[in-house]
Amino acid sequence: MTEGRNISAMGGTALGAAAVLALAAVPLLSLPDYFMHVLITMLLTAVAGTGWALMGRFGLVSFGHGAFLGIGAYTMALLWNLYGITPWIGIPLGVAAAMAVGVMLGYPSFRLRVVGHYFALVTLAAGEIVRILIVALRGVTGGSLGMTPQQAPPEAAFAAMQFGKAGFWWLALAAWAGGLLAWRLLDRSMSSRALAAIAEDEDAAASIGIRVTREKLKVMMISVALAALAGALTAQYRMYLNPESLAGLAPSLQIVFGAIAGGMFSPIGPTIGALITIGLDESLRVFFGTQFIGAAPLVYGLLLVMFMLFLPRGIAGLLERRPAARVPQPGPHREAAAPPGSLGEKPATGA
Amino acid sequence: MDPFLLEALLNGVLLGGVFALPVLGLNLVFGVVDVIWLCYAELVMVGMYTVWFLHTQAGWPLGLAFAVCLPAIAVLGLLLHLLVVRPLLGRPPINQVLATGGVLFVLQGSATLVFSTDFRSLGVEMPPMEMGEVFVSGTKLAAFVAALLGAAALWAFLKFTYVGTAIRAIARDREVMPLMGVDPRRIYLIASAVGGALAGLAACLLVVQLDMHPFVGLSFGPITFMICVMGGLGNMLGGFLAAFLMGLIVSTGGFWWNTEMSYVVAFLFFILVIFLRPRGLFAR
Repeated sequence: MTEGRNISAMGGTALGAAAVLALAAVPLLSLPDYFMHVLITMLLTAVAGTGWALMGRFGLVSFGHGAFLGIGAYTMALLWNLYGITPWIGIPLGVAAAMAVGVMLGYPSFRLRVVGHYFALVTLAAGEIVRILIVALRGVTGGSLGMTPQQAPPEAAFAAMQFGKAGFWWLALAAWAGGLLAWRLLDRSMSSRALAAIAEDEDAAASIGIRVTREKLKVMMISVALAALAGALTAQYRMYLNPESLAGLAPSLQIVFGAIAGGMFSPIGPTIGALITIGLDESLRVFFGTQFIGAAPLVYGLLLVMFMLFLPRGIAGLLERRPAARVPQPGPHREAAAPPGSLGEKPATGA
Repeated sequence: MDPFLLEALLNGVLLGGVFALPVLGLNLVFGVVDVIWLCYAELVMVGMYTVWFLHTQAGWPLGLAFAVCLPAIAVLGLLLHLLVVRPLLGRPPINQVLATGGVLFVLQGSATLVFSTDFRSLGVEMPPMEMGEVFVSGTKLAAFVAALLGAAALWAFLKFTYVGTAIRAIARDREVMPLMGVDPRRIYLIASAVGGALAGLAACLLVVQLDMHPFVGLSFGPITFMICVMGGLGNMLGGFLAAFLMGLIVSTGGFWWNTEMSYVVAFLFFILVIFLRPRGLFAR
């Protein structure tokens, strides 16, 4: 969990800043629109995945992050359509709304020691509740048909956050850099150690004075905020919202898949995951068209199973070979026997 | 009493019967193998397509299609265990859940490839029955009776057969039983097959009531997990009772408000139960 530190303590930030600056120049290449679209989608997916992995790597596995995408996106879009509040204000409000729901869900969960499978199912239920509410309140949200934010007049387009692909690329890049920065700051703080200890043994952690509820809630808030931000930006970029892609089980599992495939223990893991999932999505769509509409989930699913069987630390896990080799671990089952690297979690206590 | 409320209550009980079978199957697998099959509802979905295909496309009689569906899904359960679950047995539970989540996507994707996303229905309907002031759908009633028979058969199997006793023993204590000469690997296989067969039976009951499409599992999958947890994971009787409770919440919620909101209420109720009684509603 602390391998991120090993890469380079001092140079990491500088390297990251340089990478962000380099990426900021991408619109200057005047790439084809479609290519730009894929890149923006990848980056926004990476933001959501980074948010998920931020808490997922400590055994706080959420199957309901779709809910936060949806809350962020719909809050923003409804504020714009109903009250004319610009997304520049609407997105922070949407993020705040998602965080409020996150507290309502997280505080009792952590306080009452809902862990493992049980926490996953609580978040799953929350994700479904948000999806069904969006569908049920079709009078304002458009239900399953979805909704489109109203078009602003050209002179007010910037104020309404309605601009071309370059603008969204920069926004997405800022969100992504923010996510990585949050990851880095967390890993440099005591919270990261505290959360690692909690993931190992909650009672033991509490007994040495770690404030379990507070630490968990803190990381969940960052995670939720990133998901909500990604959801809102995605909706505003596409100018279309619908409950099936922004809430419920399906988008939640897709976030999880991306983060796992890329590797949730490394800060760039979820980004690698987003490159894979969106790349896979698009290439399947381009090569097979809509004829083989089931091919994408089929390949996803197979990959998810394969990753769990053979590469539980994801692609980024491959890059960690060196630091892992330094730790002497007897026996061939190093992967299974290394709790700090496993998706550390005790078996559900209630069963 | 208001006949509409009475009808809602009655439908709730019938719905509970439908929930009960997948809940029992999921519970059996969890109690014995200690792994949650996230793709359980998708096994049911495959079963529904199996029946639909054999009956409407291959022209088999419905009873024969049902009879084939059960063992077919039992084999699917076996394969799931052998190919995905068994290699992951020593791993953290979340890895196991995510792997079965991958199987969920595989099954949905395969069904979409083979059968497309069109809605299909079996087109079998039994005449409604009049009970006093209320009408009850004949198909739902028949499905309910079949669900009860299935649950009773499962109970008898677990209670009166040697293998059933071994299964219950493994669920009780998986450390000691291997020392008593019970091979857990074999018991896991049997439990997975029985869990699959229950999914197959549930498919037979659902295929006559629901239109099917590759994503139909998402409509009852989440609630099945929640019922399972509410009843107490591994607690068969608790799960069975919780199924009826959830059925009643959903259908009377539909009476007071609308069906969608009734699911919201049911899910909120689930979250509250987890917060207040994490070991399940009926834990001692």
